[in-house]
Amino acid sequence: MRFVDEYRDPAAARALVSCITELAGDGHYKFMEVCGGHTHTIYRHGIEHLLPTSVELVHGPGCPVCVIPMGRIDDAVAVAEVPGVIFTSFGDMMRVPGSKGSLLGAKARGADVRVVYSPLDALRTAAENPERPVVFFAVGFETTAPSTAATVLKARKDAVMNFSIFSNHVTIVPPLRAILESPNLRLDGFIGPGHVSTVVGQLVYRFVADEYGKPFVTAGFEPLDILEAIAMLLTQFSEARCCVENQYTRCVSEAGNPRALAIMNEVFEVRPQFEWRGLGFIPESGLKLRPQFARWDAELLFDVPGVRVPDPKACQCGEVLKGAIKPWECKVFGTACTPETPIGTCMVSSEGACAAYYNFGRLHRQVAVTMGGPVSAGTVP
Amino acid sequence: MCLGIPGEVVELLDPNTHLAKVDVAGVRRNINVELLGDENVAPGDWVLIHVGFAMAKIDEAEAQRALASLQLMGQAYTDEVQAVVESQIA
Repeated sequence: MRFVDEYRDPAAARALVSCITELAGDGHYKFMEVCGGHTHTIYRHGIEHLLPTSVELVHGPGCPVCVIPMGRIDDAVAVAEVPGVIFTSFGDMMRVPGSKGSLLGAKARGADVRVVYSPLDALRTAAENPERPVVFFAVGFETTAPSTAATVLKARKDAVMNFSIFSNHVTIVPPLRAILESPNLRLDGFIGPGHVSTVVGQLVYRFVADEYGKPFVTAGFEPLDILEAIAMLLTQFSEARCCVENQYTRCVSEAGNPRALAIMNEVFEVRPQFEWRGLGFIPESGLKLRPQFARWDAELLFDVPGVRVPDPKACQCGEVLKGAIKPWECKVFGTACTPETPIGTCMVSSEGACAAYYNFGRLHRQVAVTMGGPVSAGTVP
Repeated sequence: MCLGIPGEVVELLDPNTHLAKVDVAGVRRNINVELLGDENVAPGDWVLIHVGFAMAKIDEAEAQRALASLQLMGQAYTDEVQAVVESQIA
């Protein structure tokens, strides 16, 4: 119980762990946390080592930095290197490697790549540089897609014609379905994502319980939230129920944010297919600008190579993103692939499973081993 | 990009631009509150901010909990606050 002392309420954490241990009994339960923020919390606070061996957590594809395929990074670099272009991006994306290097590399070679906090900062850059094309590298789930959409509407309203969007937005439901459809994957339930659910709400997840018979509990980001969600999942098993429940009612409502969804739907339409790193092409999982916003669509304004690039052979991000292997089971983890020189996307973002485990998990795991705590399969790297 | 940061609404600016001044970790910056258009955001309200947009209204207790939790993240939180500081939404 060494790690419990870092928690806001250690007594509550101990009580939840006892409850989880009792509910899990002699069974073995495998739950996937979908959101990268949850993965970070789990490793940061050593939650895996508080849990009994009867409960195993696997990390899902909910980090938008981690799921972007190499070909889209190559496209971004190609647009950024067009003479005269100002290419704007969230800081998280700068070090993500494509097959020909990262945006940071393009910047070092002389491209005008600028980090922005908000798409509105990118739009302001465009307004301040009317003679130059300004492109915004739009990434993220429904957490950020409505913000990009509102920015495009503002660009139209203010007639900022030198601004455009390179959309890589994705939606949360299709990858869940893809995971549920994948053969040989044993999962007993989901810890549902927090922030994206403030936008999409809870009803969209009903199919997980209704069609696939897996319980789903949306959770907040504190260690106690994660533990409580696990207890709620196990309670469903013990009471022979299977449904969608909400642990994070402090932020997430049943209907989500209808205004945000409406603005997103006004500006974006669903692509027939979109490629995900490690998961391949998933139908109806990506968003592109609707034809009436073509004037602000970088994919139409620039020569985007659009070449599909296979993931590096040594990299096993795909298996990590599907929860098939743990980060430390990847051949290059911590040796060729580190946060300083990442090969795969999961090592780039602080919310990627590999980076979170590299930064925090290894230490917790070593302490757990020396203290004789529960440790899941694999050796300490 | 994925970190939601709580901020307290200090002042509603021009309703045409949907801008509001918020206090984020002691720094005042402008954000857009258009996506909470149905929630009558007012000064004193706490909101969860993603990439310069208020995405959800939260109560003050939750805001303090979320801030305490974010501070435990260390570098990722520092980077996010620094990004907010450098933002100049107008």
